[in-house]
Amino acid sequence: MYNFEFSNPKTIENATKALSSEDAQALGGGQTLLPTMKQRLASAEVLVSLSGISEMVGVSQSDGTVSIGGATTHAEVARQSREAYPALAQLAGKIGDPAVRNRGTIGGSLANNDPAACYPAGALASGATIQTNKREIQADEFFRGMFETALDEGEIITSVTFPVPEVANYQKFEQPASRFALVGVFVAKTSGGVRVAVTGASNNGVYRWREAEAALSTDFSASAIDGMSGDPSDMIEDLHGSPAYRAHLVGVLTRRAVSSCS
Amino acid sequence: MAADGGMGFATKRREDVRFLTGRGKYTDDYSPANTTYCAFARSTVANGTIKSIDVSVAEEMPGVVAVFTGEDFVEVGGNPAGWAIVSRDGDPMKEPKRPVLAHGKVRHVGDAYAAVIAESLAEAMDAVEAIEADIEELDAVVNMADALANNDVLVHDEIGTNQCFDWGWIEDNRAATDEAIKNAPHVTTLELVNNRLVPNAMEPRCSIGEYDPGTGDYKLTTTSQNPHLTRLLISAFVMGIPENKLTVHAPDVGGGFGSKIYHYGEEALVLAAAKKLGRPVKWTSTRTEAFLSDAHGRDHVTKIELACEKDGTFIAFRTETMANVGAYLSNFSTATPTFLHGTLMAGNYTVPNVYVNVKAVFTNTAPVDAYRGAGRPEATFSLERVIDKAARELGINPVEIRRKNFVKPDQYPFASAAGLEYDSGNYDALMDGLEKHADLAGFEARAAESAKNGKLRGLGVNSYIEACGIAPSNLVGVLGSRVGLYDAATVRVNATGNISVMVGAHSHGQGHETAFPQVVADMLGVDPMSVEIVHGDTSKIPFGMGTYGSRSLAVCGSAVYRATEKIIKKATLIAAHMMEDSAENVDFADGEFSVKGTNKKVGFGEVALKAYIPHDFPIEDIEPGLEETAFYDPANFTYPSGAYACEVEVDPDTGKVDICSMVAMDDFGNVVNPMIVTGQVQGGLAQGIGQALLEHGVYDENGQLLSGSLMDYAMPRADDFPNLVVDHSYATECTHNPIGVKGCGEAGAIGSPPTVVNAVVDALQRGGHDVEHIDMPVSPARVWEAMNG
Amino acid sequence: MPTVTMNINGRQMSANVENRTLLVAALREDLNLTGTHVGCDTSQCGACLVHVNGKAVKSCTMLAVEADGADVETIEGQANADGSLNVIQQAFQDHHGLQCGFCTPGMVMSAAALLKENPKPTEAEIRNHLEGNICRCTGYQGIVNAIMAASGQSVAMAAE
Repeated sequence: MYNFEFSNPKTIENATKALSSEDAQALGGGQTLLPTMKQRLASAEVLVSLSGISEMVGVSQSDGTVSIGGATTHAEVARQSREAYPALAQLAGKIGDPAVRNRGTIGGSLANNDPAACYPAGALASGATIQTNKREIQADEFFRGMFETALDEGEIITSVTFPVPEVANYQKFEQPASRFALVGVFVAKTSGGVRVAVTGASNNGVYRWREAEAALSTDFSASAIDGMSGDPSDMIEDLHGSPAYRAHLVGVLTRRAVSSCS
Repeated sequence: MAADGGMGFATKRREDVRFLTGRGKYTDDYSPANTTYCAFARSTVANGTIKSIDVSVAEEMPGVVAVFTGEDFVEVGGNPAGWAIVSRDGDPMKEPKRPVLAHGKVRHVGDAYAAVIAESLAEAMDAVEAIEADIEELDAVVNMADALANNDVLVHDEIGTNQCFDWGWIEDNRAATDEAIKNAPHVTTLELVNNRLVPNAMEPRCSIGEYDPGTGDYKLTTTSQNPHLTRLLISAFVMGIPENKLTVHAPDVGGGFGSKIYHYGEEALVLAAAKKLGRPVKWTSTRTEAFLSDAHGRDHVTKIELACEKDGTFIAFRTETMANVGAYLSNFSTATPTFLHGTLMAGNYTVPNVYVNVKAVFTNTAPVDAYRGAGRPEATFSLERVIDKAARELGINPVEIRRKNFVKPDQYPFASAAGLEYDSGNYDALMDGLEKHADLAGFEARAAESAKNGKLRGLGVNSYIEACGIAPSNLVGVLGSRVGLYDAATVRVNATGNISVMVGAHSHGQGHETAFPQVVADMLGVDPMSVEIVHGDTSKIPFGMGTYGSRSLAVCGSAVYRATEKIIKKATLIAAHMMEDSAENVDFADGEFSVKGTNKKVGFGEVALKAYIPHDFPIEDIEPGLEETAFYDPANFTYPSGAYACEVEVDPDTGKVDICSMVAMDDFGNVVNPMIVTGQVQGGLAQGIGQALLEHGVYDENGQLLSGSLMDYAMPRADDFPNLVVDHSYATECTHNPIGVKGCGEAGAIGSPPTVVNAVVDALQRGGHDVEHIDMPVSPARVWEAMNG
Repeated sequence: MPTVTMNINGRQMSANVENRTLLVAALREDLNLTGTHVGCDTSQCGACLVHVNGKAVKSCTMLAVEADGADVETIEGQANADGSLNVIQQAFQDHHGLQCGFCTPGMVMSAAALLKENPKPTEAEIRNHLEGNICRCTGYQGIVNAIMAASGQSVAMAAE
């Protein structure tokens, strides 16, 4: 790892200041960034730790929404949103392993937008709103392709607000080595319709499966999407699965998620 | 009957206490005063010509004390292969030099071509990045068939071919086997891949070199399964350091599984650097480096044919295998696909004709060498998969086809058609036990239950035989081994009665510190806790060939046994002197010497003390002291065997395979510590199931390792397994070693892969899918593709 | 260089480290607590698992400066006050939950974290919890048995 200056602000305001310097990088739980830096594949002049900012930690509920501080760990989300938003709690409780969940944060995960991460599917399917130190961004606008988001330089996720759906479920089929999602599907049914977000499958990162959404909005049952599978044309090809296999899993997991909602 | 702690007891492991409290001391836990740190520059291309290496910037970097390149080692020797194979045409195998650091060419991704020594590891790594290496990338050869088919791309230009050898076993049987297959009523053919594995012992390799300019003594502290072999290789072949000026110390070692048998260039480098600098030099591998530079395992491509009668009686096995040796010959790499593979190709069966052809192939990949099982898993997988396929084709139950061909208990010693003499065994008894223990009769009901849940259930069975404790030296010498395969032990009874046992075997998880004292204590009738094992340090141990091939107890344990016999013999002389009688009249039992027909007796402890205070000894007849050494060279291999069953559920929607049950019935001969043996089998099963379902070292066509980290190389985890049921209560003793033991370390890894794959294919067949075979790892994607292909 | 002060196994300890120094390096190299091991570089094997402020974390994936002021527990602090093995450690010895011992400190610390949250885990919960701890020797059977035993539950008779 290359060396860096270390900043440990206690407020969002100070974090914003620290991040305004040349080549500064925010450090969430570090569960992706630190291994990358160890491999010398990433570096920063200044590393700004967000874990000491108490206003960015915690889960709160109001008015049909769950709001989660950007520096809240996966373990805390799993614990604190269990009743308010069980599908999200279940998603958070299966990210990585217990020790990773004690460090990794929702803000870090969303900002990284790994194409196989779980949270992007949860946020996109839920139609979450991402609050940053500068603005609010709708999930539909936030994810811009593999490892790409709408965040600007120095912009950090301070909290994420999830409208709680009527029913929701997340199905993750694990890549056997990393245990990231080989394919993950989050289905959320609200009064406004059904949203289906797919992670792990596409070269463009998380996406909404509109065909399934349309079918499920008419008839929220697994049979409504019987025989349907994802579009393999731009799906990931790697050691663990072909585009055709991933496209197939998208259909299987969506049906399972819908079935699990009832 | 042995006392508690003696032979046959599940004694708790004494070494556990230090490991459980953080007091284990592994190589990386040592930091001698004034240590410097080493980092390597490794090739990022699989094949390339080194045009130039400019280290001038690196040398000036902060903290850097020295930089080495391959040019610094051109004059020293190469790291040799330990077994010379002769090709079918009588030519010796091709043996290109394996240098300490690459020079001239780099031959695989991860091939080290330079090293930086600095005051801190971070500084060394910083300076590695400042090395300017002009390496012209060349086309790489990765696929074995391509490597053999044309010589356009050569891994080693100087040998003019990518074929290391073309070996036939047994060449004299070739014509008869061909003829038998030609005339057979039924021939089953199967082409299969034995997937490349990355050993991934949890402790990465680490080496510390030290040099004392006052005495000229070198010391290498290193992660080794056999420190004496490493010393021998460094002394005799690589660096020419006299053996008596080099101590190799392998302290606590965090697993090996084969990968730490071998001498690696990093060990020579830290010694050379320590001498040059007059300071200790330490190198610790990262996991990423381990993936690129540890010797990998398996990697065979095989076609096997089984000829049989319509009733399932085996007539012949014929095998053609390509075995990948990677870019350089690692120390055991030529023995593994030959004498540890071809000789096992008769399996547990009375088949009259066996012929094996193995072509070893150089490729631009990491060296491949012995990994837990080493050749025997490859043999067992080929045999047991083709037998299962034949059973299906002939409509014979897979258990029955095996039973029909088993060597029967009255046939021992049995000369197999692949050239071995099996000394003992009872394969039917193991299969009987398996049928009962795994409730094979209840399978259909369980399959029906799985079907209700939308899952396809399958049953796989398997028999295996393996050969452990490779020996004897006079035979292996004829066959090409460049070392003897005996082992050694010294038993030192101290004056106060406690005992040190210096053993040539190395314990890195096998529990020798607990099990070996059980043998000695049992023989001497003393408290096992008064017996302590000394291992891993060449300066303290007479000699040793280390721990691999499930040999430790069978070979080194037998040396311990022989040395302890000598102790009893000498102590009997002393006791006879003490009791004023002749040695012939003295009996020894339960720690006491007594004169026949009298009530005169002395305890072992009193005799030990007397041995060191020989005031009234007849010095002409009895030397003072009580210390004996034995070298033990076995008369034969030992032949553990087993019958395994596995049940799987396949999710037809995703192709995911879940192991529902795994039952292992093994015959290990006598068992010294059943708890440790059970653990060895369970660990082996996990590695075998890992090979079958999860693990795969994959290179792309450019020689880049695609599964080069734990993010892509799937290591088995706790939730990949059900309870692993292990039973080794059925035993036929080894007939030729004094303890009657056979060896248990590799069994699980040998017996389980075909069991799992047989079960998966069975599940798919039962589900109406016409799938004959799926190559390992049987991943969800591969199963789904097989079902939908 | 920054000074990091931690309460480690009940003792105040300080080390001068670089900002880039990982917690595990500070423990092993600066504080000579070599019981915590490094088995990988991708945060997966769990050999480096320690507790920071009561939570299991991978000390290879946390900076030492992030642990400044924290309570840290490592394998060296797990034995009973009289030096005897604690309940979990003893269960690992009794049920052959270790072979080479390299993953063991992380396994013990992971087991301790599990039992703190879930004093009577099922076998499935134990296996699931160990997702971030890789053992190459045992096939996990002895480890699972040990954790079952440490939680006062009967151990499946998986073996002869």
